[in-house]
Amino acid sequence: MKVTVKYFASIREALGRGSETVETSAASLAALRDELVARGGAYAQSLARGKAVRVALNQAMSDETAALSEGGEVAFFPPVTGG
Amino acid sequence: MSASVSIQTEDFNLADEVAALRRADKRVGAVCAFIGTVRDRNADRDAATAPIESMELEHYPGMTEKAIEAMIDEAQRRFGTYGVRVIHRVGLLQPLDQIVMVAVTSAHRGESFKACEFLMDYLKTQAPFWKKERTPEGGGWVDARVSDDAALARWGIDKRNT
Repeated sequence: MKVTVKYFASIREALGRGSETVETSAASLAALRDELVARGGAYAQSLARGKAVRVALNQAMSDETAALSEGGEVAFFPPVTGG
Repeated sequence: MSASVSIQTEDFNLADEVAALRRADKRVGAVCAFIGTVRDRNADRDAATAPIESMELEHYPGMTEKAIEAMIDEAQRRFGTYGVRVIHRVGLLQPLDQIVMVAVTSAHRGESFKACEFLMDYLKTQAPFWKKERTPEGGGWVDARVSDDAALARWGIDKRNT
């Protein structure tokens, strides 16, 4: 399936991109994150387990157990600092 | 209950926003508003260090508005507020600039005070905004604060950001 993956703030800067379309068979957000980490380089660094990374699915805060589906919009970003 | 959320680069005027909230709603007996502004220092940069020169605010278009609208629904459910207006600026800001405004109307002061604080506590840890500071040494992304998670937890909401 194809999903849109967005990145923000320090993660966007580290990856040098704000968005990409990813072809994946990952069943969950956790599995998708693992696939991205497996790419190595900046992905491995900025999305590594143990790093403070928050995830959203279809524009709502989510936890990584959530299931992925075709056409979904996933976002990875650091803890938020607005207000 | 009226509610509106704006994410914008432009500045805002508190008096105009409060006037619009109160307009034609004769039930309103209380208005509470909060404004957050850009400081030239933060928790890690005391008065002895060089001040912050500017700040860049990034957000997640689409999700930001939805997240804040959901918070407003929750505030309205908990406190029975009448009107809520939230404005959050993005882009390049300088010390002294206004960043965020939350204004709430209700019948009596208690609901407005509570809803205003609740909304700010929620926004600090659950709305997708990120601040990057520029200082004479270069600057960097602002770290999230554990104390902001604690502030939201006071309302019985366990959604950790840090």
